[in-house]
Amino acid sequence: MDKTIADKYQPVIGLEIHAQLSTLSKIFAPDSGEFGNMPNTNVSAITLAHPGTLPKLNKKVVEYAVKMGLACGCTINRYNFFDRKNYFYPDLPKGYQTTQDKAPICKGGGIRIHVNGQQKIIRLNRIHMEEDAGKNLHLSGETDTLVDFNRAGVPLIEIVTEPDIRSSEEAFEVLTEIRKLVRYLDICDGNMEEGSLRCDANISVMLKGADKFGKKVEVKNMNSIRNVQRAIDFEINRQIAELEKGNEIFSETRHFDTVNFTTHGMRTKEELNDYRYFPEPDLQPVVISEEWLDQIKKSMPPLPWQLYEKFAQQYQLPSYDIHVLTETKEMALYFDELCSKTTHYKAASNWLMGPVKSYLNERTMTITQLNLATDTLAQLIELVESGKVSFAMASQKIFPELIISKNKTPLQIAEQLNLIQESNTDAIKPIVDEVLAKYPEKVKEYRAGKKGILAMFMGEVMKQTKGKADPKVATKLLQEVLDA
Amino acid sequence: MKRYHSLQEIREDIDAGKTSCVELTRYYLSNIKKKSSLNAFLEVYEQEALAKAEEIDKKIAAGKAGRLAGMVVGLKDVLCHKDHRLQASSKILDGFKSKFNATAVQRLIDEDAIIIGRQNCDEFAMGSSNENSAFGPVLNDVDNSRVPGGSSGGSAAAVQADLCLASLGSDTGGSVRQPAAFCGIIGLKPTYSRISRYGLIAYASSFDCIGIITRSIEDAALLLEVVAGRDDYDSTVSSREVPEYTKMLKTSKKYKIGYLRESVESKGVSDEIKKHTLKALELLKKQGHIVEPVQFKLLDYILPTYYILTTAEASSNLSRYDGVRYGYRAEGATDMVSLYKKTRSQGFGKEVKKRIMLGTFVLSAGYYDAYYTKAQKVRRLIKEETDRILSQYDFFITPTTTTVAFKIGEHEGDPLSMYLADLFTVQANLCGLPAISIPNGCDSNGLPIGIQLMTKSFAEQELLAFSKYMLELQTN
Repeated sequence: MDKTIADKYQPVIGLEIHAQLSTLSKIFAPDSGEFGNMPNTNVSAITLAHPGTLPKLNKKVVEYAVKMGLACGCTINRYNFFDRKNYFYPDLPKGYQTTQDKAPICKGGGIRIHVNGQQKIIRLNRIHMEEDAGKNLHLSGETDTLVDFNRAGVPLIEIVTEPDIRSSEEAFEVLTEIRKLVRYLDICDGNMEEGSLRCDANISVMLKGADKFGKKVEVKNMNSIRNVQRAIDFEINRQIAELEKGNEIFSETRHFDTVNFTTHGMRTKEELNDYRYFPEPDLQPVVISEEWLDQIKKSMPPLPWQLYEKFAQQYQLPSYDIHVLTETKEMALYFDELCSKTTHYKAASNWLMGPVKSYLNERTMTITQLNLATDTLAQLIELVESGKVSFAMASQKIFPELIISKNKTPLQIAEQLNLIQESNTDAIKPIVDEVLAKYPEKVKEYRAGKKGILAMFMGEVMKQTKGKADPKVATKLLQEVLDA
Repeated sequence: MKRYHSLQEIREDIDAGKTSCVELTRYYLSNIKKKSSLNAFLEVYEQEALAKAEEIDKKIAAGKAGRLAGMVVGLKDVLCHKDHRLQASSKILDGFKSKFNATAVQRLIDEDAIIIGRQNCDEFAMGSSNENSAFGPVLNDVDNSRVPGGSSGGSAAAVQADLCLASLGSDTGGSVRQPAAFCGIIGLKPTYSRISRYGLIAYASSFDCIGIITRSIEDAALLLEVVAGRDDYDSTVSSREVPEYTKMLKTSKKYKIGYLRESVESKGVSDEIKKHTLKALELLKKQGHIVEPVQFKLLDYILPTYYILTTAEASSNLSRYDGVRYGYRAEGATDMVSLYKKTRSQGFGKEVKKRIMLGTFVLSAGYYDAYYTKAQKVRRLIKEETDRILSQYDFFITPTTTTVAFKIGEHEGDPLSMYLADLFTVQANLCGLPAISIPNGCDSNGLPIGIQLMTKSFAEQELLAFSKYMLELQTN
């Protein structure tokens, strides 16, 4: 699309995100909600809506929803009841979904994102609790529709944003942040491919400066955060193109094609059901007491944005570092602990982003599986920072050795492997003199302006000292003689 | 064999060696066969009941029997009984077997009751005559051309005709009290939430109550004591302690009693019922109780409110019967929508379809506030007004019904006149209050008349004790 045309329009986006809660049992039944079991194995009489069954609320679901609400700064609704959303579909056993319509558990609040180095808050409309439906399966060669009810009754929270999002990049950030939050809170595994995190996007465009939003289109079926961004980009372009052609935008639901990265219409909003919501008479209202709320508050882990602020202010880290370090709660907490053992914060950050991360990546491990105490890593950082060991030696030789030999200190390993650097000027000076004397021609070239030759001299010094000369000291000595 | 009126009489005879559970069960089984034309039972568990009876006789001999040993009961076809068929007298649940016991049923079994069979009722408990069953009407044992009432018609007729000692039914708007009145026996609807609804097929969740049909107050008290109380499977059930009703059936207090003025004045109530009701009230007055007429200003709103709210809830509660997972599925469906349409059109009877349609209508956008929201508000007003009356009176008395048992087919084509049969009973359900129907003589044709007593929430013990007192007054 021509940029000048696209620039005339302002996209307006709101997201509806469903997060499957990782509770041990379903929201109203004792069966497991685990993903990946054989079809129809987690299906009690309650899940299948046998006559006479009644729901019984899993309190953990309330707790998890409140956690998310607290993390987003929402107002927590103390008097909660459920509503029935009535519609017929084979994957919906009761013929209604038990959800929260009138009184969601969380209202207001927002998601903090960073775009172009600026913090922006995307306001939330609500977060509410509800149950998931089963899954209709259409197997190849099978004319009948088969239904798997394992997922029916798995607890969900639906997070609804205000239409505050202005670009696909912002939407990407919002989703990334929400995924980070649910993972920090340990309430959902955040896996979009398996469907434990799902996102629908409401997208419209309007002329910049217009005071009324355009007609919105709902896009479904994006199975990754990247695809949400792609779907939004496609949809923005499609809508602008339609408007440019003088066509109208229809409020409709469109389906994202994960192969071609396009969207196509499913049905128009006008055909949608009248859901006939009414309060669920089979469940007692849930009152969240002061005491219960306090308990939940006490169980809250540090949040990504809190750690973000701490890392920025207390440790003075650049935002790139913080971004990487706060990606998972485990890494962030490891880093935070490490920083209580060393004051070389930036070095600590480099260590985690560099050698530690690549070590973990090569082995597809997480930081919690890394058998390395923060004390030990802090000692290793100290060795490098004090000039006793080079970073290269520390990361390539000492670090892997530390993980294998548990009872040795970094210093012991450095001594054992003979890696302690020579940083004594008196010991290095004769070697520097010797190297320079060996290459008089090169010295001339250097002095004539070919400063790059310094690296070659350094290499020679290192060769002579078997890599043990402190590079900082050696460079300084070389330069003193050459520039004299 | 002797016609027993209470478990106590039975236990005395068993202890005296005059009868046994096996003998009793045989007796009831033969009665069921003799009276099969009443159509009270949909299924009789002959072998199972006899085997159970044998087992319980041994327990009695060993002194290890439960509190209901010797009691032969029937279950309305809306109560889950593990591995037994369950179909709410509807075609749509053809072939369905329950995988679990309703909490109330489990508690009966735990106390050694013998379950003799599954009883006919109005389809999904919707009706006042038992004519809405997919398995045909139930007949009143007093006059076979008349209905036994409904919806627990089979359950009431079974107790009336001595086909079992007691029945568990359900009462959403009078469904145990009205048939109890028509059959000349006792029908108790306890406070909403007193008995767990787990395993009771839902009609209207915020009204539904398991009810008890017996020939004696003692048995009603005992059964309530056994089945009531907290239950982990029903989050709406009350966790209040269950009193020992059976030990508190004596009363010598002088009470303050209010009766509905309209119920003894209105043209809509039959003269004989008015006469019998006034006679009972006169008797109480003579005994020194304060008896006063009470006006209930919202009387005209009771039935509309009831029908709006119960049908709304029913339209949702009955959505699960779709032919996808169990029960009846229509042949020849070509797609999803036709599967639903065919299955539900063929599976449900006329009255059920009517109520689903009505309920769907009152919940639809555009009509919701005018009907559903308004009815919720009126329900609250009715409750407040009723509570106000019960703050001034210990009991609120009305006849149970406006007429005696009517002829089969009498109200055909005039559903509103049929709905009027529930006029006095639905108030207790709208308010969640306990109420009981006890026999109050018969009309000149020998057809039973019932009188209804309603009281405060969870005051079942006073209700039962006073009912027993009133029954004794009648016989003395």
